[in-house]
Amino acid sequence: MASKVVHAYYLDDEVLLDAVKALKIKHYHINEVYTPFPVHGLDKLMGIPHTRLAICAFLYGLVGLSVAATMMNFIMIEDWPQDIGGKPSFSFIENLPSFVPIMFELTVFFAAHLMVLTFYMRSKLWPFKKAENPDERTTDDHFLVELNATDDQVDDLTSLLHASGAVEVNLKEA
Amino acid sequence: MYTLTKNLKFIPILLLILGIVGIAIGFSSAPHTIEEVKELLHDSHGDGHGNSHHEVAVKDSHSGSHHEVSSSHDSHDSDAHYEHILHQLHNKPWASLYVAALFFFIISLGVLAFYAIQFVSYAGWSPLLFRVMEAITAYLLPGGIIVFLILVASVLHWNHLFVWMDPELLDVTSDKYDALIAGKSGWLNGSFFLVRAAIYLFFWNLYRKYAVKFSKNQDAEPTGNVWYKKSFKYSAAFLVFFIYSESMMSWDWIMSVDPHWFSTLFGWYVFASMFVSGITVIALVTILLKSQGYLPAVNNSHIHDLAKFMFGISVFWTYLWFSQFLLIWYSNIPEEVTYFITRINDYKLPFFGMIVLNFLFPVLLLINSDYKRLNWLVVMAGFIILFGHYVDVFNMIMPATVGASWSFGVSEIGALLFFLGLFMFVVFRALTKTELEPTGNPLLEESKHFHY
Repeated sequence: MASKVVHAYYLDDEVLLDAVKALKIKHYHINEVYTPFPVHGLDKLMGIPHTRLAICAFLYGLVGLSVAATMMNFIMIEDWPQDIGGKPSFSFIENLPSFVPIMFELTVFFAAHLMVLTFYMRSKLWPFKKAENPDERTTDDHFLVELNATDDQVDDLTSLLHASGAVEVNLKEA
Repeated sequence: MYTLTKNLKFIPILLLILGIVGIAIGFSSAPHTIEEVKELLHDSHGDGHGNSHHEVAVKDSHSGSHHEVSSSHDSHDSDAHYEHILHQLHNKPWASLYVAALFFFIISLGVLAFYAIQFVSYAGWSPLLFRVMEAITAYLLPGGIIVFLILVASVLHWNHLFVWMDPELLDVTSDKYDALIAGKSGWLNGSFFLVRAAIYLFFWNLYRKYAVKFSKNQDAEPTGNVWYKKSFKYSAAFLVFFIYSESMMSWDWIMSVDPHWFSTLFGWYVFASMFVSGITVIALVTILLKSQGYLPAVNNSHIHDLAKFMFGISVFWTYLWFSQFLLIWYSNIPEEVTYFITRINDYKLPFFGMIVLNFLFPVLLLINSDYKRLNWLVVMAGFIILFGHYVDVFNMIMPATVGASWSFGVSEIGALLFFLGLFMFVVFRALTKTELEPTGNPLLEESKHFHY
C-alpha cells in the first residue's frame, strides 16, 4: 500500500500537546516529534515508556561510592598511613568522617558523568554524527510532528493537522 | 467543608488524657532527696544497665565541673555525685516536656515558613494545600504559649534546663563563677531572654493571623486579587524577619542549654529539621483528608512534590548535621568537641540512630520517583522522618539537661502523647473552620491541573 510521510509544524508547545492529544484520539501513529527543547508531558502523551536512566544513575552512584571508599582505604590506611590533625588511628572506620566528603563527591561525579555517557550512547549520539532531524527549524522555534499515512488517509489527516493549529504541513513519498 | 470523624474527635482527647497522666507520673516520681537517688540507683545496681549508668554519670560529673575533681574526699565526692544525679532526675520531666513542646511547635513554625515561601515564589502547584497548611499553623499560638510558659518557669528557677540562669555563675566571689557564661550575660540573661522570645512569638503569630485572614478575604472578594497581593507583601516581610528570628530562637531556646558551646550554622540546622518535619506533616494530613474523600482535586503529582521536598530537605538536614560534626570532630578543640563526646558516650543509640532515621531511611525509601506517588510509602517514610526529628530535638536538649540519667520512659512518652493530642486537636478543629479549597486564589486553577 502506498504511503506518505507527513510533517506538521507547530509554533507553540501547548498547541503541540493538544495536537498530539487529538491525533492519539483518532489513532494516528506518530513516528517522532522534534522539539527545540524538552516539552513536559509529551512523553506521556505519546505513550513512550518511562526512562530507565535513573536506575543507571543510582547504580553508577554506588560504583562511585565504592571506588572512593576503596581508594581512600588504600591511600590513607594501607599504603601510606598518615597522621593528619593528630588523628593517627590508622583505621578506616575511625577516620571515616574525613573520607565522607570524598565519597560524596565521587558518588556525584560517577553518577553524573556516566549518566551523560549512557544517555549519549542510548540516543546514538557521538562526535561528527550527522543530524537526524528533518528540518533545521526544529532546533530554533518550530515543533515538528512526523507521521505515516496511507494515501486514503492523507486528506483527513492534513485537515485534522490544520485544524489542530499546524502552521505548515508537508507531504513526502515514503 | 470538613467535618471531624468520630475517631478524630475521640483520639486527640484520649491522647491528651494519657499524656497528662504520663506527665503527672513523671513529675511525681522524680526523687526529692539524695537518699531517694541512692535508693533508686541501688535498686537498679543488680543489672548491667544500672552499673554502666552509674559509672558514666560519675565521669560526667567530673568533666562537668572542675572544682569537684579537686575535692578528693571520698565521702564528699560521692555525695556531690548523687546530688548531681538528683539535679538531673529533677530536670528530667521538665526536659521531656520541653522536648515534646518544642518539637510540635517547630513543626507548625516550619509549615508557616513553607506557606510564606509558596506566596513569595508564586508557586502554582500548591494552592490546593493552603488550607491544610493554614490549619497546621493554627497550632503556632497554643504551642508557642506553652513553650513560652516553660521558658518563664526556667527563668523563675522552677527547673534548671538552662544552666546559665544560675546567678552564682555570674558572681565573681562564688567558687561556681564561670567567666565564659559571665561574658555572655549581656545576651543570656533572664529578662532579655523572655523579651526576645515574646518578640519572636508575637511577630510570627501576627503574620499567621493576617495571612489566614487575607486568604479568607481573597475567597470572599477575589476581584483584582487585592488580598492576594497583600499576602505576597506580608509573606516577603515575614520571611526576612523569620530567617533572623528563627536563627536567634535556636540559639536561645536550644543552643543555650549548652552555654559554653556554639555552632555558627546551628540556626540553619534547626531550620532544616523544622522544615522537613513540617512538610512531612503537610503530606500526612493531606493524605489523611484524601483518604476520607476530601480534597478531590489533589492528585498524586501533589503528593509527589511533597515527597520530593521530604527527600530533598532530609538530605539537606544531613548535609548541615555533617558539616557541623565534621569541622568540630576534625579540629578537636576541647570546648567544642565535648558536645559530641557526651552524645557519643551517653547517647549512642539516639545519636547514631537519628542518622539512620533521618538520612538512610528517607533516601532509600523516597529516592525512586514512582515510590513518591505511593501514599502508603510516603506515610511510612513520613512517620520515620517525624520520629527521627523528635529524636533530633531530644539529642539537642537532653544531654545538657539530664546528662547520662536519660531514658525513654513514662515522662517522655507522656509528654509526646500530650502534645500530639493537643496538636491533632487544634489542627483538625482548624480544618473544619473554612472551605478546604481556597476558591479565590488566582493560582488555584493551575494547582488543580498540576500534572507532572
